Amino acid sequence: MAYGNKVLDHYENPRNVGSFDKADPSIGTGMVGAPACGDVMKLQIRVNENGVIEEARFKTYGCGSAIASSSLLTEWVKGKTLDEAGQIKNTDIAEELALPPVKIHCSVLAEDAIKAAIADYRKKTGKNESVDAA
Amino acid sequence: MRKPIYLDYSATTPVDPRVAQLMCRYLTMEGDFGNPASRSHAFGWEAEKAVERARAEVAALIHADPKEIVWTSGATESDNLALKGVAHFYQTKGRHIVTVKTEHKAILDTARQLEREGFEVTYLDPEPDGLLDLGRLEAALRKDTILVSVMHVNNEIGVIQDLAAISRIVKPRGIILHSDAAQSAGKIPIDVNALGVDLLSLSAHKVYGPKGIGALYVRRKPRVRLEAQMHGGGHERGMRSGTLATHQIVGMGEAFRLAREEMDAEAARLKRLRVRLLEGLSDIEEVYVNGDLDRRIPGNLNISFNFVEGESLIMALKELAVSSGSACTSASLEPSYVLRALGRNDELAHSSIRFTMGRFTTEEDVEYTIRLLHEKIGRLRELSPLWEMYKDGVDLNSVQWAAH
Repeated sequence: MAYGNKVLDHYENPRNVGSFDKADPSIGTGMVGAPACGDVMKLQIRVNENGVIEEARFKTYGCGSAIASSSLLTEWVKGKTLDEAGQIKNTDIAEELALPPVKIHCSVLAEDAIKAAIADYRKKTGKNESVDAA
Repeated sequence: MRKPIYLDYSATTPVDPRVAQLMCRYLTMEGDFGNPASRSHAFGWEAEKAVERARAEVAALIHADPKEIVWTSGATESDNLALKGVAHFYQTKGRHIVTVKTEHKAILDTARQLEREGFEVTYLDPEPDGLLDLGRLEAALRKDTILVSVMHVNNEIGVIQDLAAISRIVKPRGIILHSDAAQSAGKIPIDVNALGVDLLSLSAHKVYGPKGIGALYVRRKPRVRLEAQMHGGGHERGMRSGTLATHQIVGMGEAFRLAREEMDAEAARLKRLRVRLLEGLSDIEEVYVNGDLDRRIPGNLNISFNFVEGESLIMALKELAVSSGSACTSASLEPSYVLRALGRNDELAHSSIRFTMGRFTTEEDVEYTIRLLHEKIGRLRELSPLWEMYKDGVDLNSVQWAAH
């Protein structure tokens, strides 16, 4: 697969790799994908009392585009409110990374990951109001 | 050391410089450029002589008679000619064909086409080690079975099927036995009589010859009949028409001659390299060899690095030219059908890398590969949520995955 420079950059120098403590109430965890499909993304966000994402971490099992999509996402969500982060679209990620058509599903997975992380945080804190504009 | 290091000899091989040099003599005005079918002048006679010398070399490598060699454009065409040629010629005798799920697509897609034409095909499952169970083969044979096709060596995992034993089951029933030997020719000894095969597909470019040329061995005693798939000037005793590509044929002949002369020493050298490669990787956790390790050609090692996805590993190994069974390296997004047919789970199929070594692989290349893999596997596992879960003692099979 011949990738663009942005994918290669995120693949070579992934941002915000790591894990937070799942049990911490300020952490939301999203795990999407399946090993059998060849990609699994774990995305975690640390949210402050104002509902702003202070930090994000990821770990991804998958191809170069899947790693790049999740790495990019951790940069994008930082400083955003949960509502703002929930509005990130897979098409934005695909466009930014110039993903080839066969790799669009990697960006879909990244969108699913942030939605899952937000939902997990809301479930933990009992703030169930829907913000999903999608 | 030259980088990237080429470790994909089962995909193709470079043309040996000795072969390339000889081929050049059959192209230009100064050389023997004639049409081997021209009977009226020396240009044709010289070209024909060269073609027949090459035919004898190809026959010699597999212990056949030169008259049993039919030139084709490569192993894919040979497979097509063998399967369709036999099916069409013998269809009044029966319309059932038996093959194996791990065959090359040149066999499987041809078999599918024959199914569309009304033939019935049985696709046998291999054992988990990649080898065919003889009892299973025997049970699949029917009164109307006309052809069994089993590849000699698998292109992905390098395992060697026991063709002689297969022949002992197939031949007494009057069934024709074909084998795709693209991956075995020049790597292990082949004797068509000892193996008891009737048809054998050969390729030049896997044996340090040029691309675009191959051959089909067609047994004469007892005679195997084929219906031609390519019609034209009646070349190759009517089995495959088309002007013979003299320079390509000369290249294949020379490549097969060199293979015959150098095979024993080269096989021993490659075996040492493979043993060293596996030994060098064996201290990495969760590493699985795909396919039987002993009944395998010397230059092949197919390994799954669990919890690391194959395409991302290939990206990390950009100084190595290797291939993967990962879905992401294929256009179809399906992981290797060969590894799946062995019963490997999808994760391990996605995590597989095929290393194939050959004539120009050095010890230094292997040592570099071992060092690079240690470094990159470690880095990718640090990125892998599956590795983290495994290290935390989570049973990945117990996790409810959100499949997409």
